[in-house]
Amino acid sequence: MKVPFSYIFRNLWTRKLTTILTASGMGLVVFVFAAVLMLDAGLKQTMVGTGTLDNVLAIRTGAETEIQSGITRDQAGLLEAMPQVARSKTGEPLISKETLVLISLIKSGQEKGSNVIVRGVSPMGITLRPQVKLVQGRMFRPGASELVVGRNINGKFDGAEIGQTLRFAQREWTIVGVFDGGGSAFDSEMWGDVEQLMQAFRRLNYSSVILKLADIESFDLLLKDIAADVRLTIDAKREQIFYEDQSRALSLFISILGNVLTVIFSIGAIIGAAITMYSSVAMRTAEIGTLRALGFRRPSILAAFLGESLLLGLVGGLAGVFFATFLQAITISTLNFQSFSQLAFSFTLTPKIVVQTLLFSMFMGFVGGFLPALRAARMKIVDSLRAA
Amino acid sequence: MSDTLVEIKNLAKSYTRGDQDVPVLRDITLNIDRGDFISLMGPSGSGKSTLLNLIAGIDKPTGGMLRIDGEDISKLSEGELADWRASNIGFIFQFYNLMPVLTAYENVELPLLLTNLSRSERRERIEMTLNMVGLSDRMNHYPNELSGGQQQRVAIARAIVTDPTILVCDEPTGDLDKQSASDVLNMLKELNNTLGKTIIMVTHDAHAAEAAKRIVHLEKGELLDEGM
Repeated sequence: MKVPFSYIFRNLWTRKLTTILTASGMGLVVFVFAAVLMLDAGLKQTMVGTGTLDNVLAIRTGAETEIQSGITRDQAGLLEAMPQVARSKTGEPLISKETLVLISLIKSGQEKGSNVIVRGVSPMGITLRPQVKLVQGRMFRPGASELVVGRNINGKFDGAEIGQTLRFAQREWTIVGVFDGGGSAFDSEMWGDVEQLMQAFRRLNYSSVILKLADIESFDLLLKDIAADVRLTIDAKREQIFYEDQSRALSLFISILGNVLTVIFSIGAIIGAAITMYSSVAMRTAEIGTLRALGFRRPSILAAFLGESLLLGLVGGLAGVFFATFLQAITISTLNFQSFSQLAFSFTLTPKIVVQTLLFSMFMGFVGGFLPALRAARMKIVDSLRAA
Repeated sequence: MSDTLVEIKNLAKSYTRGDQDVPVLRDITLNIDRGDFISLMGPSGSGKSTLLNLIAGIDKPTGGMLRIDGEDISKLSEGELADWRASNIGFIFQFYNLMPVLTAYENVELPLLLTNLSRSERRERIEMTLNMVGLSDRMNHYPNELSGGQQQRVAIARAIVTDPTILVCDEPTGDLDKQSASDVLNMLKELNNTLGKTIIMVTHDAHAAEAAKRIVHLEKGELLDEGM
């Protein structure tokens, strides 16, 4: 591009108010777009972080979620005996038989109840989740009606703080500790002893079995062995994949809603940019004629005006992304359609989102500026000089 | 022996308005020598600016021949014509046509951006040229910080910085007070006398036209006579 950048930049700078208003429109769209992407990224990060790649989660064939699933004690025993299951130093299989129930709790300051997952875990269940760390109080004792709560539950629901008790399944459950699930979906769960929870809810079957693979590569072999045993009507998935799948419906919902909003808003912003650029071309007709007379070719004029609208888009994009960074402080708690339970996750800004949103913003600038730039480039020199 | 720079033979230009052909220039035959200073005079609508635009390569004739320095510029493509203008023509306009967002220095630099000169070579040329027009102390001023006369001198610097073959001036004193107009005309004469620049100037001001070596009159698109 032969037309100097200073010419492009200063023309935007000279028309400060118009530039700020147009860029703000674009910034608003970028903000919405970034928010949607950040929400989706936060959701995915939460769900993916919930699983570990060498853990396998087994649920009943045909069940989509742990809540829908049922695994008998016999089936759990068969899984425990599989040669692919890792063993501890003392020879114990690294497997956790778990049960999941949904209870309704009242969110602090609200009147309506929300579903919260209570997960019954075996002692090994905590070892299998290295991302889960106790941050307050102590772990529940096997055989006791005690619970530990995730950090997104602690203090957010009535009766869910250390020392408080919750009443469900005809028992009083004491909260004895708070754990940090490392940003995973476990942060939105409460954990207790699996046997106690099964007794209280009169359950005979587990919901799921989590096992650690001795060799990360032996997953296919495990699937083959499960398929070969007719007693095991079980689907096994890598834990990470399972949780990723769990968020698919919510992720799709966020994406569709967000993208529809973004597209509608962006049409407005593009029209705004086009109006700004058309008026810029109209005001500088004589300048365009002069540049062409001096020897600047049509493509240079096209590039100069396109450059101006791309810069306008970039300014809007940077403003939008800047304000979107503040969203990271917000944690959203909403219903995950697939598990019917509350899931808390944060807006997460990734480098990919920054690049995506800035490119999107410049795309709006490009689309809005293309026709005006084309008009500028196609002007007849003699006609445009007459505008002086 | 004369050294013809601009050869114009039976040149015609007409515009189409609706389905009608409106002739603006008819059968113009004119030669301009290298180093000449010629004034094109005539009432409004006489076609003097159109003739200037054709010679400057910003408009194309509809008939006849127009050869500059041996090159038939009516045969050049639009891109080639742009390159040709960049290296052969220096423009001076009535309203100076400076870029308001660029400083005097940057305005003069504009045509040099189309050359292969390095930044330091450009700087050297710009400083020398602005010094020639007496504006070395106004280099970093924006057009709105300069008087009309000073702006026109920046425009002259912009026109000559690439050392073009021809300077085309469209009413260069039309927007200036008497003193500034006289300064500009003296400067054009100086450029013609000392640097041997060929100057073609459109004016309707008889006093301004006197600065030229030749005066050519046009009326209703036809060449009338040659004065002086």
